Amino acid sequence: MSYLGTHWAHVLALTGAHLELVLAALALAFAISLPLGVVAARSARGSTLILGILGALYTIPSLALLAVLVELFGLGTLPIFVALVAYAQFVLVRNVAAGIRGVDPIEREAAIAIGMTPRDLLLRVELPLALPVIVGGLRIAAVAMIALATLGGYVGANGLGALIFNGLALHHSDEIVAGSVASGALAIAVDLGLRGAERALR
Amino acid sequence: MSAAAIAFESVRVRYRGADRDALRGIDLTIAPGEFVALVGASGCGKTTLLRTVNRLTPLDGGRITIDGADIATLDPVALRRTIGYAIQATGLFSHMSVARNVGIVPELLGWERERTAARVDDMLALVRLDPARYRDRRPRELSGGEAQRVGVARALAAEPRVLLMDEPFGALDAIVRRDLQRELARIVDDVGTTTLFVTHDVHEARRLADRIVVLRDGAIEQCATPHEILSAPATPFVRDLFAEER
Repeated sequence: MSYLGTHWAHVLALTGAHLELVLAALALAFAISLPLGVVAARSARGSTLILGILGALYTIPSLALLAVLVELFGLGTLPIFVALVAYAQFVLVRNVAAGIRGVDPIEREAAIAIGMTPRDLLLRVELPLALPVIVGGLRIAAVAMIALATLGGYVGANGLGALIFNGLALHHSDEIVAGSVASGALAIAVDLGLRGAERALR
Repeated sequence: MSAAAIAFESVRVRYRGADRDALRGIDLTIAPGEFVALVGASGCGKTTLLRTVNRLTPLDGGRITIDGADIATLDPVALRRTIGYAIQATGLFSHMSVARNVGIVPELLGWERERTAARVDDMLALVRLDPARYRDRRPRELSGGEAQRVGVARALAAEPRVLLMDEPFGALDAIVRRDLQRELARIVDDVGTTTLFVTHDVHEARRLADRIVVLRDGAIEQCATPHEILSAPATPFVRDLFAEER
């Protein structure tokens, strides 16, 4: 742990870069998952198709996916960014769809009966009521992405992974420990924060 | 607010997969401002008939006009915003305050914020809920009777031409129910909206309605004033249904 004591500023900067990468990927992932989740909630066939594809994507080993993405995008932040966005889809889409499907049918019908358009129904009733479940998905995705993002160190992305892979290459176990501990602490902090948000929304 | 006339002409509905019609050619004319109760056993078609008016249930034959306009030719969203709707389960939006629930149709219609807020307070006062105390509550913080009052306030907020109510007091205990029946009688007297009211409680129908429509197996068994129904039931079925009221 002495490494953390002497290099805390460096670790903190890498933690910041790590969080930045995860949040950017999470934001894009969420923007993609929202319409996909709405489609999956609306039609059984859409749900089977979308979740089938995303489920298959989810089962690809992350290192293999990363290797392919490096072929496509070269080294650096981009391949790990794309990998994070892709892996988050399954959980996010599933939770958006589950949240919308979980809306009380009586509230949904009341919304139609009083004259809401399909757009009003989605924006004023379904998504607000689905929000706790959607935030639950964001939480699970964020925690998984924080761990997964350390692989970015292998392909030259900035973040805690850089510290871990540097440690691995140079047999500096204290760097590996520092990177892992920081990544774990970040995951726990994000988990607690979003858990609180989830609870406040219920 | 102008009360509307409603006319049902040979209205027929068959649900998908059903082997007989849920409504078998209903003919019924309702005058502006009239309060009509639809009574009958469960499955007789009374709720189906109510839901045809705001096009929640589509017709398989016949037509319905409101003030002479065939509702099939109107935009369903615009139509529904002119028709108040209150149901037993209330259908209040659980993530919205009481005030937003009551003001939702004015909001959809694009009323100015101040006008909506004033209208919400008026409506809460109309159903005897103190606006200052209830405005910011969530539906889950209301008793069954209070939630039902909010439901009625929401149904009336946008000055509807027609009010549809489906057993709004069906889930309440006898005392609260009696209370709300009295208030509803006062309110409809005040606002004079044409009202269709579904109930299986013949006593409630008798207390509230100008006219009672008795439905049986998707057809009208009798349509008359409460007095006529009691004094001259058209069929043994109607006589038995109202036996305890005589």
